[in-house]
Amino acid sequence: MRRLAILALLALLLSVPLWVGNFYVLHVLIVTGIFTIAAMSLNLLLGYTGQLSLGHAVFFGIGAYVSALVSLGFAVHLAPDWLVTLDPQPVWLAMLCAVAIAGLCGWAIGRVSFKVRGAYFVIVTISFAEVARLVALNWDELTQGPMALNNIPPLAVSLPGLDEFDFIGKVPNYYLVLVAAILAYVVIARLVHSRAGRAMIALKENEPLASSVGIEVTRYLVLAAVVSAAIAGAAGALYAHYIQIVDPNVFMFLYTVTMVIMVVAGGKGTLAGPIVGGLIFGLLPEVLRSFAIRPEVQWVAYGVLMILIVYLLPNGIVPAVASLWNRAGRADAPAAPTTGSSPGRIVP
Amino acid sequence: MSGDGKTALSVDRLSIRFGGLTAVESMTFDVREGEVLSLIGPNGAGKTSAFNAITGYLPAASGEIVYRGVRLNGLKPSRIAVLGVVRTFQKTSVFAGRTVLDNILIGLHLQSRQSVLAIILGLPSVAREERRLVEQAREVLNFVGIESHKDKLASSLAYGELRMLEVAVALAARPTLLLLDEPVAGMNSTETMNFMAMLGRIRARGVTILLVEHDMKMVMRISDRVVCLNQGHIIADGPPADIQRHPDVIRAYLGERHARAQG
Ligand SMILES: Nc1ncnc2c1ncn2[C@@H]1O[C@H](COP(=O)(O)OP(=O)(O)OP(=O)(O)O)[C@@H](O)[C@H]1O
Ligand SMILES: [Mg+2]
Repeated sequence: MRRLAILALLALLLSVPLWVGNFYVLHVLIVTGIFTIAAMSLNLLLGYTGQLSLGHAVFFGIGAYVSALVSLGFAVHLAPDWLVTLDPQPVWLAMLCAVAIAGLCGWAIGRVSFKVRGAYFVIVTISFAEVARLVALNWDELTQGPMALNNIPPLAVSLPGLDEFDFIGKVPNYYLVLVAAILAYVVIARLVHSRAGRAMIALKENEPLASSVGIEVTRYLVLAAVVSAAIAGAAGALYAHYIQIVDPNVFMFLYTVTMVIMVVAGGKGTLAGPIVGGLIFGLLPEVLRSFAIRPEVQWVAYGVLMILIVYLLPNGIVPAVASLWNRAGRADAPAAPTTGSSPGRIVP
Repeated sequence: MSGDGKTALSVDRLSIRFGGLTAVESMTFDVREGEVLSLIGPNGAGKTSAFNAITGYLPAASGEIVYRGVRLNGLKPSRIAVLGVVRTFQKTSVFAGRTVLDNILIGLHLQSRQSVLAIILGLPSVAREERRLVEQAREVLNFVGIESHKDKLASSLAYGELRMLEVAVALAARPTLLLLDEPVAGMNSTETMNFMAMLGRIRARGVTILLVEHDMKMVMRISDRVVCLNQGHIIADGPPADIQRHPDVIRAYLGERHARAQG
């Protein structure tokens, strides 16, 4: 049943470019996909370890900048007479660098701020994002500052015996993002269903008890931060090579807030949550735009919907639907094994 | 009844302070391999504080804590668990939002080995280990007698079952020394009887037990030795029969409980 649903969903996603001819719609889907990957990565931290990172866009931004810079090459003075230069590198290598460096930043943030948990962690992540934005804005020599990095090359792969293939245009990028999203999903799903994911969940649920059975607190929190940051960095790299321009606005708080909304509305701590939330809040502005006459109306509608979801479904859409589903299942077949009678805080 | 008599845990002149308050003062006692040692004393005597210091949740102001030759002072709780010293908490403590089976799987953390890389790559060894862990979790649940609840949320268990689950989580970590902080508090007499039977089975597996408990009937029945603490000081240490007759213990603690324990 479950397997069938997943296959059907995959088939649907794979076939999209066949029946969606409109390039603008594909563009919206690609950008939504990229942000959904970022939301999935945030969910690993927020939903599974319970740590709220309000600077998550920083990993996304670092991924975008690193990938752009490595693929464009740069020459920068680290001291008046110390010039560091890098020739343009292949895009796939640049993307790998982006993932690695974003992961490294996640490690650093994790080490520093998991010593100070809760509200302090939130503050550290916000500050880190702001610092990153200021660096991107002011380090002209490296980042071009507000002028932005332009003409970022698209991903190109050359398989032996075949011509080089460039990911230019909507259809190839759609598939690229889809594959990346599936990869991110698989990595996160494997992780949360393993001993590592259980350790993260245990720390969120009851940290003293978790450490009493031998779970190392810092180790698993840092692991979650590294994987989360690396995936967010990958999303940023995809973004840079798709849009082909990166400016300091990628570090904006608004992007982090968007990711948090996607995760919370969809259902934090569930694998499907950020996907559902990502699709809804990624596509919604475009849908509203096509109906509403004025942008103010769009944003008010957006806001109202958000408040309604958070108010009526405090655990998010996915847990609410899952428990409705369970109830329906139980009504049909009373003998079915109860998979935990969760306290029902569902829509009336 | 006690094991081979070798010292398992030795607590030497342990003091614990909270600011100006001294919760435990120069406490010295040993737990021998395989025995059941009970720590008793009135409310606020410092029993839980001693547990917290032994298991790394509180720093010792002074003194030494050594388990099987390894000094525990300054080690993190997770490290101490690796050495085989696992505790339960006075206030009921489980992973409430997870199923009973998940609780045990978390408790089995140290019994699993798979690296993060293997997990992400989805190697077959990971799936094999998961199957083995589920099998082990079932054994643990069987052992404490709550296997039939394995798919329930921990938060939906009845109180007695919840306290069994706490012990099951601790057992999953394969302790060689198990510290239980008032495990039968709030249980009815049937549940207490069940619990005592289970304690018997745990010790039959060679696990050393350090118990804090106010239920004197149980303490006197199952302990090899009893240490009595009052206001941070040890006032008596000996076999249950001696403790029951000890004038200081009667004055400080047993008092009216005395009669009950005799009965
Ligand atoms: N975190 C703390 N901060 C300050 N004082 C504390 C703290 N924990 C315990 N105490 C004090 O230390 C003393 C010993 O407390 P402890 O909890 O160890 O007693 P106990 O023997 O376990 O008592 P009970 O039988 O009620 O559980 C008490 O005076 C208590 O008020
Ligand atoms: Mg206590």
